[in-house]
Amino acid sequence: MSTSIIYALGGAALCGIGLAGFALLRHLLRRLMAFNVIGSGVFLLLVGLAQTRGVADPVPQALVLTGIVVALAATALAVVLMRRWYRLTGATELEERREPPC
Amino acid sequence: MLTLLIPGLLFVPLACAVVSVLLGFRLAGCVARVGAPLQLALSVALCLAVAGQGGGLYVLGGWEPPLGIALRVDGLAVTLVLVTAVVAAACGLHAVVYLGVDGEGPRPFWPLFWFLWAGLNGVWLAGDLFNAYVALELITLSAVGLVALGGGADALRAALRYLFAALLGSLAYLLGVALLYGSYGTLSLAGISALATEGGPERLALALMLAGLAIKTALFPLHGWLPPAHSTARAPVSALLSALVIKASFYLMARLWLDLGGVLGSAALAQFLGAAGAAAIVWGSWMAWRQTRLKMLIAYSSIAQVGYLFLLFPLVFEAADAAAQQARQGVTLHLVSHALAKAAMFLAAGNLLLAVGDGRVAALAGISRHLPVSLFSFGLAAVSVMGLPPSGGFAGKWLLLQGSLASGQWWWALFVLAGGLMAAAYVFRVFAASYVESAGSDRFRSPPLVLEVTPMVLALAALGLGLVAGGPLVWLAGLSPEAMSP
Repeated sequence: MSTSIIYALGGAALCGIGLAGFALLRHLLRRLMAFNVIGSGVFLLLVGLAQTRGVADPVPQALVLTGIVVALAATALAVVLMRRWYRLTGATELEERREPPC
Repeated sequence: MLTLLIPGLLFVPLACAVVSVLLGFRLAGCVARVGAPLQLALSVALCLAVAGQGGGLYVLGGWEPPLGIALRVDGLAVTLVLVTAVVAAACGLHAVVYLGVDGEGPRPFWPLFWFLWAGLNGVWLAGDLFNAYVALELITLSAVGLVALGGGADALRAALRYLFAALLGSLAYLLGVALLYGSYGTLSLAGISALATEGGPERLALALMLAGLAIKTALFPLHGWLPPAHSTARAPVSALLSALVIKASFYLMARLWLDLGGVLGSAALAQFLGAAGAAAIVWGSWMAWRQTRLKMLIAYSSIAQVGYLFLLFPLVFEAADAAAQQARQGVTLHLVSHALAKAAMFLAAGNLLLAVGDGRVAALAGISRHLPVSLFSFGLAAVSVMGLPPSGGFAGKWLLLQGSLASGQWWWALFVLAGGLMAAAYVFRVFAASYVESAGSDRFRSPPLVLEVTPMVLALAALGLGLVAGGPLVWLAGLSPEAMSP
């Protein structure tokens, strides 16, 4: 089994764990963490799959650096929105079912 | 010439965004009064330049891909750059007044507005899949921020739901990009379509990318996030989101399908996407008809109108050249006229809400006497949404009808026709309410003149598009696959 396959399988497993977390968890921060786990899985796949005979390809590494910056910005925005939401409503979850009648 | 214009279209909004971060709402509005016309001028100049010397690939700053950024300029990209400039400039002009009408407007609005514009231009011009991802994320993050500007708990809930849906979509797209890079070792769309061969991982990659982008485009049944996000946002923001933001992810889907769909797609996938679009037309129109709040009605109408765009997938898949060409032209005309018309509708609805101070459709009673201009703009835009001649919406739907008959898939034509009738039903509900002479409140607030003019200009543009459709269709020659290779 080549290293690239191991990395790819690891990345796919992380994606699966993150997706399960997103589907099952309701707490906003946990859902955000689940997204970050999926993101790490995708980055691992991106770097791992592109190896040729064990030599790393520099392009995906540059892409992953950009991807990390994007993920950081998204996480920061999500955390700000969640803090506002917590201050306004005192809730740590989005109440999906109890929408106010408008 | 192109070497100045193309970076200009990306750097002017970024520079305006950075300057606007430092300024308050009012001063940043002055920056926008200079920056938006400049962007509009650059977009028109790019159109003229591409019409004169043709498009092609442009490498930003001389750094060769894959580490540099390659931008692709062709007829479709240029058309969308121009439409974006028109709609965003109108929304910006509207926002200067509309958001500042009750004292100082929200300070984060202008930086987010400019980042959104830069991201949109980035997606239209993106030559490779990863830069498209970065631009798409820039759009998403600014759009979520703009939704949250509404301030209240409703706006925050809508923004968070939107953010979660959009992040899931982005990660699915990025996973597809990772698989494609793993297979082909290149990210440029042109390079991949040259190399593309049938294979399991590659098919999975295309399906993942399309699914992720479908979430972001709010394709039925993945549309749940859209109505709250687009209806709780302030009017100029709703206009930008419905007119442009959902089109960006659709644009990438269309590019992927036109370049790779023939090899990596399948007839079943094409029919499935078309069926989801048809279901969106019916469901979105039905839900729009049932809404009690005006902006929710317009938001559901967006879901229905986006459904038409997805008829592209079955209509171009393994179709004869002439039929596929009609479908491509029809979808593009529909996309452009919907962008103009929906922006006009949201801006006009913002004026109506400002006047009556109540979001319900029923509260519009008596508004036809007081605010005839805004109501008229709403009606003109609705003519295009319903697809009546001579509007751009009519020309687009007509081409879609012809395309579906020419490719032998007559069942899509039924949905195109039914969608027009259902659109008429929900639009006339608004008009019925506005002509009621009730004993209720007749104290209305008068919006400033600028607010009345901007939706009118956009609605007239949507209407006039049908009269001059021949012009834009010549542009779209650039959409055909032969013309797209660099």
